[in-house]
Amino acid sequence: MDTNRVLKERQQLNLELYRRAYLIRTAEEKIRRHYDENEMKTPTHLSIGEEAIAAGICAALHAKDQLFGTYRGHGIYLARTQETQKFFLELFGKEGGIADGKTGSMHLSAIEDGLMGTSAVVGTTLPVAVGAAFANKVQQNGKVVAIFFGDGAIEEGVFWESLNVACLKQLPILFICEDNGLAIHTPKSQRQGFKSLCNIIRQFSCEVIHEKSTDPEIIYQLGRHALDHTLSTQQPTFLHLEYYRYYEHVGVYEDFKFNYRPKDEFLKWYAQDPVLLQRQKLLNLTILEAELASLERKIQQQVDESFENAQRSSFPTAEKLYEHIYA
Amino acid sequence: MRTLSYRQAINEAIQQEMERDPRVFIYGLDVPDHKRIFGSTVGLLEKFGSERCFGTPLSEDAMTGFGLGAALNGLRPIHVHIRVDFLLLALNQLFNMISCYRYMTGGKCAIPLVIRAVIGRGWGQSFQHSKSLQSIFAHIPGLKVIMPTSPQDAKGLMIAAIRDNNPVIVLEHRWLYDVEGDVEETPFETPIGTARILRTGKDLTVIATSWMNIEAQKAAQILEKHHVDLEIIDPRSISPLDMETLVTSVTKTGHCIIADYDWLNCGFSSEISARLMETCFHSLKSPVKRIGFAPTPCPGTRPLENLFYPNAITIIREVEKKLSLSKIDLSQETFYSYENKFKGPF
Ligand SMILES: Cc1ncc(C[n+]2csc(CCOP(=O)(O)OP(=O)(O)O)c2C)c(N)n1
Ligand SMILES: [Mg+2]
Repeated sequence: MDTNRVLKERQQLNLELYRRAYLIRTAEEKIRRHYDENEMKTPTHLSIGEEAIAAGICAALHAKDQLFGTYRGHGIYLARTQETQKFFLELFGKEGGIADGKTGSMHLSAIEDGLMGTSAVVGTTLPVAVGAAFANKVQQNGKVVAIFFGDGAIEEGVFWESLNVACLKQLPILFICEDNGLAIHTPKSQRQGFKSLCNIIRQFSCEVIHEKSTDPEIIYQLGRHALDHTLSTQQPTFLHLEYYRYYEHVGVYEDFKFNYRPKDEFLKWYAQDPVLLQRQKLLNLTILEAELASLERKIQQQVDESFENAQRSSFPTAEKLYEHIYA
Repeated sequence: MRTLSYRQAINEAIQQEMERDPRVFIYGLDVPDHKRIFGSTVGLLEKFGSERCFGTPLSEDAMTGFGLGAALNGLRPIHVHIRVDFLLLALNQLFNMISCYRYMTGGKCAIPLVIRAVIGRGWGQSFQHSKSLQSIFAHIPGLKVIMPTSPQDAKGLMIAAIRDNNPVIVLEHRWLYDVEGDVEETPFETPIGTARILRTGKDLTVIATSWMNIEAQKAAQILEKHHVDLEIIDPRSISPLDMETLVTSVTKTGHCIIADYDWLNCGFSSEISARLMETCFHSLKSPVKRIGFAPTPCPGTRPLENLFYPNAITIIREVEKKLSLSKIDLSQETFYSYENKFKGPF
């Protein structure tokens, strides 16, 4: 293949990944700067640090595929939809948000874009995703379901029950464990009595992949591989992906002063920050600084506009309280 | 007597019982982390060590059965849930095992197990982090359910729960943790199954649960200025229920509003209403009125959250209707706003 075309393709792919990662970072930083103004009255679990996974997997998925996730769902919401209008309206509790402000940061969805739901009770979307994958298989529609969950969810019985059913029935589903080593403030060493998650999962009838890279492109490639595998074999793929949570579990601040995790750990990961790493890679791929700056400016504008729009918008009217309870 | 906050009162009760009885231990997600369940488990790890105060995996169902097993073999566990919504994962153990284990073994076993769960409104918590569910637990024979409101009751009822040889569910409202009041220093038990008369009055009985007592007291202060004298009763114990105190009050006033911190449908309020009808129908001068959550999932956004939850104003308006009063001007009154106490996110 001619090297020029290879370079072009890599540039395009990496720009696409950067766009998504940068959007997440920018939206989350916007929230961080303004959270104290107390207008976004919704508990937020930031995705900062996790951008490579959200951007990489979402870029790998096809438009018809479906996603489920957790309360730490800003990343996949933004990477999947690339929209910020409804997102900020929801965070501000305003009419026109995903659920007119009724659902808040912890339960985002974008049904029209295949983000089928996220939930704030740990592990609850796992069996739902398996059922959705079953329906897709029955209907032979070629859709793959991607279910995102944290390392804490592994400890819930429902995780193992769901994995078992998915493997038993050989369903088209990607299990994506976003492992930040923590459940709130408690490290895995104080919660898990086994040596290797992947070694256990390898005993199930599925493909297992482990990675701790923060490079969106690497995650993207793994995502493609997983999709190919799952589509060609109709077997689940389990991706165990490590990352580092930069800020407190819920809220917008650093929390190293509480000494439950060392700041050194953060610094090690930050040296591989997914957004900065991706930017540098683009420069190495001979993308011009000016082009990057322009892309970044556009995203910043999009975020600022959506944010200001949400500030100006109205709260839902009283009747909305009773809406959308029964079909 | 000294002044303690509700969180300190709970903490003191647990500390004193753990000191008194080495069989008592406390566990649950986040119990020993630096936030210490809104401060209610402060000092326990340092004082009693990690065998008697520990965190758990995210395994509510298993850790509930674990509590049953430990109780069967002579320990006295206290299991903590930072949100009652997470306790829902353990209903199988709770309803199929714990509640009927003594029954199943022909009375040979006792289950001295305490389950603490934080309930109610926080800050934009919406529908998965804000439930109360007292009627669900109280529905099940074999479980006891308590909802202390004041710091003094929090201490006395917690001690009673720990010493009780039955499973007791303690439902603690998130906002009550900041409430302060006089609390006796020496350990004491407040008997489970006794109601408390928070305010004596002659015109109308308000039976309120948990946070609704704070709202009822505010309503009573305002109504007093308008020559209406409310009697407020806090059942404190949902199951068993001290009907006698409720009936005596309603027989005296002839009017009753039940302000339950929960949904109304098939709720604790329905239960009290039915029992009042069965026991003192002829003393009622007006039908029993129930106040509770809107019949919807809890919305996150503030203006709708304000409509979802009843408050002092809801109570005042119902009192006006019952006693045929004209509408009181409330524009000069200040009501509870949680912004003064805490801002999010949890
Ligand atoms: C069933 C359940 N138990 C407890 C909680 C409280 N809780 C919220 S997030 C969390 C930690 C989850 O950790 P993990 O799955 O690793 O996700 P992360 O927050 O690290 O993304 C816990 C214990 C909950 N939401 N649901
Ligand atoms: Mg985690």
